[in-house]
Amino acid sequence: MRLKTRRNTPVWLIAVLPILSILVAFIFGAFFIIWAGESPITAYIALINGALGSSFAITESLTRAIPLIFTGLAAAVAFRAKFWNIGAEGQLYCGAMAATLVGTGMIDLPSIIMIPVLFIAGALAGCLILLLPVFLKTHMKVDEVVTTLLLNFIILLFVNMLLEGPWKDPMAMGWPQAARIIDNGVLPTIVAKSRLHFGIIIALVMSIIMWAILRFTVWGYEIRAVGYNQQASTFYGISINKSVLMVALFSGGLAGMAGVSEVTGLKGYLTLTLSPGFGYTGIAVAMLAQLHPIGVIISAIFLASIYVGADAMSRTVDIPNYIADILVAISLLSVLVGSMLARFRIVWGK
Amino acid sequence: MLELLELILTTSLWAAVVRIATPLIFATLGELICERAGVLNLGIEGIMTIGAMAGWLWVYQGGDLWGGVVFAAIVGMLFGFLHSILVVYLGLSQHVSGIGITMLASSISYYAYTMIIPFSTTPPKIVAFSAFEVPLLSSIPIIGGAFFNQTALTYLAYILVMVTFYVLYKMPLGLTIRMAGENPVANEAQGINVLLIRTGAVMVGSALMAIGGAFLTMSAFDAFYFGMINGRGWICVALVIFASWKPGKAFLGAILFALFEALQVRAQLIGADVIPYQIFSMMPYFLSIVAMMLVARRAAYPKALLVPFRQGDRI
Repeated sequence: MRLKTRRNTPVWLIAVLPILSILVAFIFGAFFIIWAGESPITAYIALINGALGSSFAITESLTRAIPLIFTGLAAAVAFRAKFWNIGAEGQLYCGAMAATLVGTGMIDLPSIIMIPVLFIAGALAGCLILLLPVFLKTHMKVDEVVTTLLLNFIILLFVNMLLEGPWKDPMAMGWPQAARIIDNGVLPTIVAKSRLHFGIIIALVMSIIMWAILRFTVWGYEIRAVGYNQQASTFYGISINKSVLMVALFSGGLAGMAGVSEVTGLKGYLTLTLSPGFGYTGIAVAMLAQLHPIGVIISAIFLASIYVGADAMSRTVDIPNYIADILVAISLLSVLVGSMLARFRIVWGK
Repeated sequence: MLELLELILTTSLWAAVVRIATPLIFATLGELICERAGVLNLGIEGIMTIGAMAGWLWVYQGGDLWGGVVFAAIVGMLFGFLHSILVVYLGLSQHVSGIGITMLASSISYYAYTMIIPFSTTPPKIVAFSAFEVPLLSSIPIIGGAFFNQTALTYLAYILVMVTFYVLYKMPLGLTIRMAGENPVANEAQGINVLLIRTGAVMVGSALMAIGGAFLTMSAFDAFYFGMINGRGWICVALVIFASWKPGKAFLGAILFALFEALQVRAQLIGADVIPYQIFSMMPYFLSIVAMMLVARRAAYPKALLVPFRQGDRI
């Protein structure tokens, strides 16, 4: 048995791979459910019901998908250029901090201006914090994986400091949370009696914009070229440093927007529990989408449903909701294995 | 200034330094072995988490302490094996696979813990390893009482530094491992199975990471907490670069790092009224970034790090 490189990957295979990966995750996940002493079938029915069983459940899943679309795009755009930004979690909080700084009374404008201002502020904050790892990579050859990871911890401590100190809302009865975003900065809900907010529209628009940039612009071409072959790109006069900077600005900005959307759309204020690891889950979202911006939408909704479903399941069946993280991790690993099948053909025999 | 000097000369400070350094020594050695064979193992954070969990669980279920260490090591090895299949045999992205392993291992740890202890406010404690003095050595002033009045796992860490050095530099096996990370084609020309060597190195390295995690639940503390690894794994990845892939320097790097950490904790107590404690808590992470900045320019990465190898490859 050996592997032969494919000239081009059939489209059906690209579509089937993520679905197969999630199936594989559910099969392995069944063992963990059996370990907890429950029946996988009952558990999975409860999970699917919890995620998609009612119109409220569906809106919850879509709401959960919003930050994942942003962080998924952040990872997809960076990974395309092989820039390993694992710091979306920190950048998300930077965006949230910027939205809080600007949105809690610094300025008060009509919603139609206020909301874009908040998103731009958050995106800028996400970019700015990522400039440090980028600078260290391009000028001092410091690996960006470790710096972006370590920055996550630094940023979270910084948020903690603000929330226990100057930003602590005295009206919050001792809870470490910041003041509420003023009314004009709050994203409206788009489905009555649900939490689904306007952030989903912004997320969808950003996906389309990113797709168009990667597909039709010279920037996008350069980003892809750098990802495929750095030496060849340099040879053709593409500046690697400039491309990395560009990628980082997009990636950090998108992650920052995730924070803005959570603060202004869902919670209404900044807390330390704003993100249960959306930054890390974004990596799985991007990989399942094969780094395609439009695919990110679908895979974000898929993974969000798993999380929402698992939360509901853990209330009815006696299984910890960490099962969702296990399922997501397994689907990440299996889509990685699956990506081999997209690049190579297995040839049996000599 | 004088106070700082006095503080640095106390045994209690150095005892804390060694306690903080021990898990870092294990995990840094583990990552070093993986990278020397040409494989970046970003599963480290998760493998430490599941090591901490597995060791604790073994003892909590009535097993003995050393059984717990062995169990943690085996669990670590299994995840190392999984990483090897993906990146050594299938040649997939070492970054993505590592992050995936970290996500998988930590979520399994938390899943298992929540399943076993569903409603607990205070995490159940176990009887952890206790410290014992090494005769003679422990009577060296200041550092003797610090370095040689520790638990058995710390002594194991000292021994492993020496063993790793000896194996890597004085044994043919070590040469083979280093060659797998520098020039695997030359390895293959000698009839050595590069894939097997890399897999072995990743499994042994992962076992050490898991023991590093187990030290936290079985020696430093006596219970398992959520998020208890808290970035230690990533710090170890930075330490490996800082140590330029040398076991001796890795040991010194871990001690140096732990010294700053111990001083930071003490400064936190003194300066709590003036400076928020979070500023001090950030220091270890900043320090790791600074440490990488200091060496990155001249860092001699193993040449085949991150490069997958297929049998029959030619350059």
